[in-house]
Amino acid sequence: MIPINYYIMLSAILFTIGAVGVLIRRNALIIFMSVELMLNAANLAFVAFSSVIKSFSGQIFVFFVIAVAAAEVAVGLALIVEIFKSKRSIDVDQMSSLKG
Amino acid sequence: MTLDLIFFLILALISVSTALGMLLSRNAVYSALFLVLNFITVAIFYLLLGAPFIAMAQITVYAGAIMVLFLFVIMLLGAEALPQSQVLPRQTFFAGALAVALAIEATLIFLTRARPAGQVTSPDETVNTVTSLRELGMTLFNQYLLPFEVTSILLLVAMIGAIVLIRKEKRVHSQ
Repeated sequence: MIPINYYIMLSAILFTIGAVGVLIRRNALIIFMSVELMLNAANLAFVAFSSVIKSFSGQIFVFFVIAVAAAEVAVGLALIVEIFKSKRSIDVDQMSSLKG
Repeated sequence: MTLDLIFFLILALISVSTALGMLLSRNAVYSALFLVLNFITVAIFYLLLGAPFIAMAQITVYAGAIMVLFLFVIMLLGAEALPQSQVLPRQTFFAGALAVALAIEATLIFLTRARPAGQVTSPDETVNTVTSLRELGMTLFNQYLLPFEVTSILLLVAMIGAIVLIRKEKRVHSQ
């Protein structure tokens, strides 16, 4: 038997690591991966709560989050490829102009 | 200290250290592989929590499809070892301070607002897996049918969006 609080703590730690990744890394791909890590941390909390209250709604929400993450990655990576084509770099510090 | 708890702690250690490895490694390919390992440990947590369907979806969609897409793009762009650019002064320090604040806040909110400390039952104590999967499917396709259909439209739109984004540049080149 594992207390739910342990899962919540782990979820909070993973979420924080993801947030730090978004804040300190400048590589757009790593920032993307950190966002995925944060989504995963939230999913872990969802499944933990759904297991405690014995309801499937949390798991189904996680299913939708996974689908949305897949859509987000498809569009986001297409954008990154486009930016790399025009700027020859995926450094977010250099993405400072709106056009071109 | 039960066997369950030891197993959980070892997995949690792997999970947190692979997340840190993703964050700190200089090579984007290593970051992606660390993240795959992290997703697999999270999938094992889902199994421990009695959610086998989500665990398998996690492995096929996240560790399989999404991370393969990431690796494709990293290798396509040759972006595995980009030099670290000039960061804002003391950015790391502020990021660390904000991260500590976020972690404390998230933990406090979860611990104080959550339902009174429940225990997570291990999978063998829950109902039969086949029955639970059937119930999950019934809930998904009855109560959550509309969101499910909307998800299919969302995936279609994302697919068309990705194709349009890539095609536009080609047309500009050909002109």
